[in-house]
Amino acid sequence: MSAVPETKPSPPLVTYDTHPDRYLHWGLSFDGPVATLALDVNEDKALKPGYKLKLNSYDLGVDIELADALNRIRFEHPEVKCVVITSARERMFCSGANIYMLGQSTHAWKVNFCKFTNETRSGIEDSSRDEGLKFLAAVNGTVAGGGYELALACDEILMIDDRSSTASLPELPLLGVLPGTGGLTRVTDKRRVRRDLADVFCTTSEGVRADRAKQWKLVDYIAKPQAFKDAVRERVAALSAQSTRGGGKGVTLNPLKRAIDPGGYHYDNVDAVIDRKQRTATITVFAPRTEVPSGIEAIHAAGDAWWPLAMARELDDAVLTLRTNDLEIGTWIFNTRGDMDKVLATDAVLKANENDWFVRQVIGYLRRTFARLDVSSRTMFAIIDKGSCFGGTLFELALAADRSYMLQLPDDEAGAPTVALSQLNFGAYPMVSQEARIRAHFCGESKPIEEISPVIGEKLDAQDAARLGLVTFTPDDLDWNEEVRIAIEERASLSPDALTGMEANLRFSGKETMETRIFGRLSAWQNWIFVRPNAVGEHGALKVYGSGAKAKFNWERV
Amino acid sequence: MSAIDYFEKIPNNVDLANDRTLQRALEHWQPRFLEWWREMGPNDFASADVYLRTAVGVDAQGWAHYGTVKMPEYRWGIFLADPVADRTIGFGDSFGQPVWQQVPGEFRSQFRRLIVTQGDTEPASVEQQHRLGHTCPSLYDLRNLFQINVEEGRHLWAMVYILHAYFGRDGREEAEELLARHSGDVDKPRILGTFNEPIEDWLSFFCFCYFTDRDGKFQLKSLAESSFDPLARTCRFMLTEEAHHMFVGETGLGRIVRRTLEVMKEIGSDDPEAIRRQGAVDLPLLQRYLNFWFSSSLDLFGSEVSSNAATTFANGIKGRPDETTQYQDHVCADSTFEIEVPDGEGGVMKDTSPMRNAMNEVLRDAYIRDCEIGLKRWNMQIRRAGYNFELKLPSNRFRRAIGAWANIPTDLEGHPISREEHDRRMPGWLPSASDRDYVKSLMQRVVEPGKMAAWIAPPERGINNLSLDYEYVRLD
Repeated sequence: MSAVPETKPSPPLVTYDTHPDRYLHWGLSFDGPVATLALDVNEDKALKPGYKLKLNSYDLGVDIELADALNRIRFEHPEVKCVVITSARERMFCSGANIYMLGQSTHAWKVNFCKFTNETRSGIEDSSRDEGLKFLAAVNGTVAGGGYELALACDEILMIDDRSSTASLPELPLLGVLPGTGGLTRVTDKRRVRRDLADVFCTTSEGVRADRAKQWKLVDYIAKPQAFKDAVRERVAALSAQSTRGGGKGVTLNPLKRAIDPGGYHYDNVDAVIDRKQRTATITVFAPRTEVPSGIEAIHAAGDAWWPLAMARELDDAVLTLRTNDLEIGTWIFNTRGDMDKVLATDAVLKANENDWFVRQVIGYLRRTFARLDVSSRTMFAIIDKGSCFGGTLFELALAADRSYMLQLPDDEAGAPTVALSQLNFGAYPMVSQEARIRAHFCGESKPIEEISPVIGEKLDAQDAARLGLVTFTPDDLDWNEEVRIAIEERASLSPDALTGMEANLRFSGKETMETRIFGRLSAWQNWIFVRPNAVGEHGALKVYGSGAKAKFNWERV
Repeated sequence: MSAIDYFEKIPNNVDLANDRTLQRALEHWQPRFLEWWREMGPNDFASADVYLRTAVGVDAQGWAHYGTVKMPEYRWGIFLADPVADRTIGFGDSFGQPVWQQVPGEFRSQFRRLIVTQGDTEPASVEQQHRLGHTCPSLYDLRNLFQINVEEGRHLWAMVYILHAYFGRDGREEAEELLARHSGDVDKPRILGTFNEPIEDWLSFFCFCYFTDRDGKFQLKSLAESSFDPLARTCRFMLTEEAHHMFVGETGLGRIVRRTLEVMKEIGSDDPEAIRRQGAVDLPLLQRYLNFWFSSSLDLFGSEVSSNAATTFANGIKGRPDETTQYQDHVCADSTFEIEVPDGEGGVMKDTSPMRNAMNEVLRDAYIRDCEIGLKRWNMQIRRAGYNFELKLPSNRFRRAIGAWANIPTDLEGHPISREEHDRRMPGWLPSASDRDYVKSLMQRVVEPGKMAAWIAPPERGINNLSLDYEYVRLD
């Protein structure tokens, strides 16, 4: 029997939905094919009490706005080819994540914060790679830590050369932690800064001025203050020329319809029901309930009500909300409900129209949402039972899961659940390893892929799915309830830390990419450092920062 | 003995003649410095003969030599105050331990930043003042301006010496940057905003000396406490020269007040218009200049609560002025300091900060007390002349751009008021365009020995016991 945690007074819920009208920290403006995101952090409007967001530093609240703004640009402004990320302040671009926030935060908060910010930065690169939306970091002042890491996520960095402003990653020398939002990794893997120079850069708290930053490849271009605006214009023109986005009528992202109650988070197409005693959340995704539009005009007319987009936004929101607010809910159970044919029909429409800008954005939204699952520190089980519709896009949920249970109904062929693959499972939704989830499922082996290729589009029962290696267990109706119950209860009793570690390892097999190195190597080391007394002990560097007291280190190398 | 006489070229007490590394660095830097001086300094007066003092040693009695010199030939020297035997660290976590003769690696970056920031202000002020010579109110004042200019130049040398001698390649690069940034240059501005505003009239110049240079004095006083002994000794000697800059500011403003009082007496009126018709500076106008310069100088101390301040104090890098004599607790690990912050509802509330984080505020408080001394003196003059007018420093909450009061509208007394009221009343608090035009109209060059412009009284005595009509500057 698993221990039941005491009911604690719950802190105010953190939600991720916002709107440009309510932004506190970012200015979002449009000028034809160029969007400008200007950081102007309101220091008194931190997400939590206890710290001020000085010097254009950020916390989760600032990054939630950034993530929202990116989606607005993606969907509401298809005419935008290039996004300029800059600062509304003079001589200060961004000083990174707020240190006092980090100092006072719990370990879990820090990790979740870093994960979300990492996902947003990976999302910038994802949109550049797959959606042709280009990004310029117009670094118009000093840039430090997470500020530089944000710039690193852009396609190009243009830095002001005023002989004073510096670029730096001061986390290690100042705070005794790592530049954990991709900084260490992007400096080498993306920008190819020589490793010895990267070593110097990452241990020099004052950083380097623009000329050296350029020399060391930390930035792409530098410009004097008077020439800066022109240089921005020039780089925007060059980046826009690489863009494949071409306009059209934008699709408004209306506020999500969401009900929150003690039982969970409830949406039109997604329902996350929390069982606090069992420490599980059952996330049910519903198939389209109405006729699936097939013409591109009808799809555009449906806008954000079009099922794949509506479902993706709701699932994304549910995942983020659960990750931030429900730490003890360690197991997520995926269910699906509805008409498999409508799911597969939608996949066919997505595939047929994949070159339409809106459809491409919707696929991108789904891709980034599924990618969040891969890096979530929760056990995920897919429960493929009667009435479910794990087909194509929705089968990604089963593939993302750590294991799957599929019901066998030998005596009820018509009522037996089926699963199905679609073309989209083979390339539309790669993980951050740039590998399709189905390939990662088979650890990169080609034979199983050859075996399943002929059955794309077919509805497979439990027996076939098990034979092809698509599902883990296939209990029949006599065993089903007990097997599933025991599996979930057993899982929920295991060490949450060890499970997180094991799952993170098993979900990504084979080749590494920059992103897997960020979510794996960099985050794992960072999270280790985050629990070490040298960072967070009473005299740890992160704890004493700003107090004037000096960090006291245990000098043993571990 | 080296081939070049280093004492002749660069007067010093750091044994330059026997330090090859330092020679190489300074020889490389010196031509650039001279180039900078010719380009950015009082270049229109390069051929004038100026009666200047030159530092030639650190002996309290005879540290300076007075003589006539052309400014580009001034001998900018390097002097550290004599070492104090067995000096120990006077504050922070390492209190009582021996001071450092080298920069500890772990504090390299913090020291470098402080030295570069301090060093950047020295040439900046020369650049800000580089056109002032054309509108001098007297040869005496012109000479004082140039004295300050060459000494700011020497203070730059002092900081460059520290960078060259103790910070390796990094230090040499920073020393070059000190010459590369220029006041008001949009492409490569000086580090601190205030130092990018040109000083275009002598009223502003005297205010700058009185208020802004006084910030420099307090920064130097706190660096003079530093555990890094060469820096402490350098700053201690710089303070000897800095005193003259304060003197120019205080007597300059005092002489303006005196002249104004004379005019008021002559015409029997304190009506600003009537005073202006006589070509003098009415006291309300002076008050508006004080408001401007005092408030902008306060920002130079930084935020009331500052992590940098805490760190530099804890690490023994930057202390409080007169740390040894003025304070009992030199560690300040657990003590607190009460500051006034906006309560968010248009009022003021008390807040408690750890003492170490409040060091900027401690410094600012000491500075404000120092600023008040001159005002007392001028107000005494005004009272003696039989007038009720009183010059006042505005509240330290007024017109702040940095810290808890940044961009909070207050009146001169520091009471929070509405933005609308603030904007409406501001023209009465700061020099208006017409004030500035009027001051500008007064700026007519007076270069006849002994003669003064009509808006300023003569000083009480000349330089180095010379008479007032001595030709302190011989123009071509």
